[in-house]
Amino acid sequence: MTNRYKAVGLNKQEYDKILEVLGREPNELELNMYGVMWSEHCSYKHSRALFRHFPTSNERVLQGPGENAGIVDIGDNLAVAMKIESHNHPSAIEPYQGAATGVGGIIRDIFAMGARPIALLNSLRFGEIENSDRVKFLLEGVVEGIAGYGNCIGIPTVGGEVYFNQSYRGNPLVNAMCVGLIEHDKIHRGNASGVGNSIMYVGAATGRDGMGGASFASVELTEESEEKRSAVQVGDPFMEKLLLEACLELLETGCVVGIQDLGAAGLTSACCETATRGEGGMEIDVLKIPRREKGMLPVEVMISESQERMLLIVEKGREEEVNRIVEKWGLYSVVIGKVTNDGFLRVMEGDEVAGEMPADSLDSSGAPKYYKDYEMPAYIKEVKNFTSTDVEEPQDYNETLLALLKSPNLASKEWIYRQYDHMVRTSTVVKPGSDAAVMRVRGSKKGIALTTDCNSRLCYLDPREGSKIAVTEAARNIVCSGAKPLAITDGLNFGSPEKPDRFWQFRESILGISEACRELDTPVISGNVSFYNETETYAIHPTPIIGMVGVLEDVEKACTMEFKEDGDVILLLGNTKDEIGGSEYLARIHGLEKGEVPAINFGLEKKLQAFVLEAIEKGLLQSAHDLSEGGLGVALAECGIGRRLGANVSFETNLRKDILLFSESQSRFILSVKKEKLQQIKDMMETVAAPYEIIGEVTGEKLQVTINDSLTIDMAVNQMEETWRGALACIME
Amino acid sequence: MKFGIIVFPGSNCDIDCYHVLKDVLGKDVEYIWHDTEELEDFDCIILPGGFSYGDYLRCGAVAQFSKAMEQVRLHAEKGKLVLGICNGFQILTEAGLLSGALVRNKNLKFICDTVALKVENNNTSFTSRYNVGEVIDIPIAHGEGNYVVDEDTLKKMKENGQVLFTYEENPNGSTFNIAGVCNARKNVLGMMPHPERAGEALLGNTDGIKLFQSIIDYLEGGAKNDK
Amino acid sequence: MKAKVYVTLKKSIADPQGFAIKGALNKMGYGKIEDVRIGKLIELDLGDVTKEEADEQLKTMCEKLLANTVIEQYEYEILV
Repeated sequence: MTNRYKAVGLNKQEYDKILEVLGREPNELELNMYGVMWSEHCSYKHSRALFRHFPTSNERVLQGPGENAGIVDIGDNLAVAMKIESHNHPSAIEPYQGAATGVGGIIRDIFAMGARPIALLNSLRFGEIENSDRVKFLLEGVVEGIAGYGNCIGIPTVGGEVYFNQSYRGNPLVNAMCVGLIEHDKIHRGNASGVGNSIMYVGAATGRDGMGGASFASVELTEESEEKRSAVQVGDPFMEKLLLEACLELLETGCVVGIQDLGAAGLTSACCETATRGEGGMEIDVLKIPRREKGMLPVEVMISESQERMLLIVEKGREEEVNRIVEKWGLYSVVIGKVTNDGFLRVMEGDEVAGEMPADSLDSSGAPKYYKDYEMPAYIKEVKNFTSTDVEEPQDYNETLLALLKSPNLASKEWIYRQYDHMVRTSTVVKPGSDAAVMRVRGSKKGIALTTDCNSRLCYLDPREGSKIAVTEAARNIVCSGAKPLAITDGLNFGSPEKPDRFWQFRESILGISEACRELDTPVISGNVSFYNETETYAIHPTPIIGMVGVLEDVEKACTMEFKEDGDVILLLGNTKDEIGGSEYLARIHGLEKGEVPAINFGLEKKLQAFVLEAIEKGLLQSAHDLSEGGLGVALAECGIGRRLGANVSFETNLRKDILLFSESQSRFILSVKKEKLQQIKDMMETVAAPYEIIGEVTGEKLQVTINDSLTIDMAVNQMEETWRGALACIME
Repeated sequence: MKFGIIVFPGSNCDIDCYHVLKDVLGKDVEYIWHDTEELEDFDCIILPGGFSYGDYLRCGAVAQFSKAMEQVRLHAEKGKLVLGICNGFQILTEAGLLSGALVRNKNLKFICDTVALKVENNNTSFTSRYNVGEVIDIPIAHGEGNYVVDEDTLKKMKENGQVLFTYEENPNGSTFNIAGVCNARKNVLGMMPHPERAGEALLGNTDGIKLFQSIIDYLEGGAKNDK
Repeated sequence: MKAKVYVTLKKSIADPQGFAIKGALNKMGYGKIEDVRIGKLIELDLGDVTKEEADEQLKTMCEKLLANTVIEQYEYEILV
């Protein structure tokens, strides 16, 4: 029995801490409950210490990190709830169900706050897809899983991103984000308040789902029960739809004082977390928990991760009211325990006490917290050893541009989002494929803009600067749609925190996000950490995915990236520099992941974002597009493809042509303006001293780029469109 | 004049239909819970899109047994209007109120897109505001919209003008490019495309609004059959 | 040689579809039904092969394609 703790994934020190807390040896049930709660996934023991760097509040933040989801005010008594969460490992085992249950879980987090989920986004990463059947299988399964769940439950999937890079070949990433709308006075929290109030269980019955990966200390567990345990959780979007409607209806009645999703570590985490946030204690009876299978042990019931379940804390005496509403939706609910204030989470098995632990010792307030050593990895210096003259200038720029448009990282993701119902509930004003999705807010003039962003190649080359760029690019995307950036949720995907070089990446990234969020006044209101995304020999590129929301005061003013009309004047805002380090051009055309990442100047960035936003709000812009992967060349192509409009632009420059066209310098936008509004825009730009160039106009059916009087790109928009739109479909079919 | 929208467990597009009728067109409309046993008050019943009962087993297979569907049958028998959109179309075929069946899309994938439809017949209470041959853009969002029907029935349906909408470019493998059909009496329409998603300029498309306006014209007694 | 392959979800895997159908059947008056689980029946004509060959082929086909052994189990029947 000496090494009992190892079986539940704890170390000696942590086991000693349990002994100290309890003043005795834990029994099997208790040990397993500590094991799951003190796992990295539930306790954030390696990351928590760094979160203090994040700005998490401002006058708009109504709920910061620590709840099921964060909430930010959008005015008029309305607010947005949002969160991103990873489901990487389950998706690697079974892509369809892994992705589907990831979506299901994040939706529950949103309606657990009382918010109506209105949009989903997904940020996906895979190994390189060309010539990899494994990656095609994963992409196909993940996309079908997201579609299967989101489409069925009737929440539009409106945005996200997909990137392919060899660092993900052993560890694909599936991060799902959900956004909900809520009125200020209807926010609910996961508090077990009011001694004597009832703990009720609603939704699907509990089976042995999601336990295949968990180790058990228990010797009682027979082989038969081992066999019945499954690592794979199966999602039931229909059940969740009913659960969603039932919960929102229940929250309207006022009989629910607290509500919590049963996610990771199932009942164990839901009980101890709500108890800690409430009166401090709770007593539940495992025999009362509805079960899907016979012969389940208390420990299995307590840590099962069966999907589509919620825990409610209900005002004493109003349980029948809950039952009636739940039944109307074809579900069942049952009282499983009550709120106490003795500080203990007590698990009963009928009349017997099966386990008894201080509730706050289980959840993250009591869990161990580490601040690991960190050390800059050796590769960091090596990769910076690069200058743009190390690579040869391409001979044929038409070909280079087409090659980039064909890159799965830049090509249209239509093959994917065509499988997602992105229009259901008729609120999607700007559909997938633009810089940010825009949703109207029913019953008001407002809209919200949503995006996820992370260029992980830049984060690999320089985690701090790359993370700043991730936040800033998200904000730029939001601004291009005409919205003011408000807040972020972050999905932090990294390698093992126990290795100093990986932990260095993590720490640098946190510091970068924190600085950017402070500069842009977009606090971190929720998030998720996924560590150990590595194989024996390599880790994923650091991937801090930034999910951002912004608000439009008038949704009718939403702006999109595509050129609108012949004759409109095209402007390039910002400065293009010799910054091809980490660019898609360098990776795709020259096969290099090297260089200094582009520099970011927050002073300039903020000035330009404010200008673009004001210009859109005043109705002066026809289109606005952020320049990111692929640089100016790809951005011009994207602007033209939308409505099949050509452009004739020219530049005078001292830069080499490939650098001008494909450098990924920050703080740049392509804008198009009606001729008659040009003067007004020029005046505005000159007032704020914004760096800009008038580069040409929307015209004809070709993209023609002249650099220093030489026609460098001359290509039919049709041809670019065909390449760009067809690339992914061609790989998949 | 009153519209009723049946809400099954798993209906998703109920609020979209409601919104178009109430907020865009200013008409009287109510949600009807699936166990309702009374539809007397309603002039037009809409079976909305979604995944009724999860679409488990077969799309629309379970919904056809709901109490409200018994009433919908009676409502249709009286000659009153029934419009089934997407999942509603699937329910109508499962319930036998429309011929044929809807099976998985030819590419085996869910498709969400805006597609071009041709109006084949405007001499009905659902299509009078359109012109014959008019091409309209309407969103689709389905995994099982591939309409199959036997040759004899199709022939009869064609002769009788029951094919109201066809796809310009067939997205899902439907027989004869069929996107929407009605019964012989022309008071029950089922269609896979979503006209309720094409009802507002803000969403970039208003091509679907004339379908609802046609119904309103008919119910108000001013059906335009002058085309 | 013909064969039938039955693919079902492993017992430990939740079957939302079966659960929903059970609910519907209960509501239709078949109140005693305790469990419904849904699977697939795949009919194959293997052509001219021996029983041993068929057995081996079927096993590989099931493992590699017909069943997702992460969540499904299979059985097959060789028809003479």
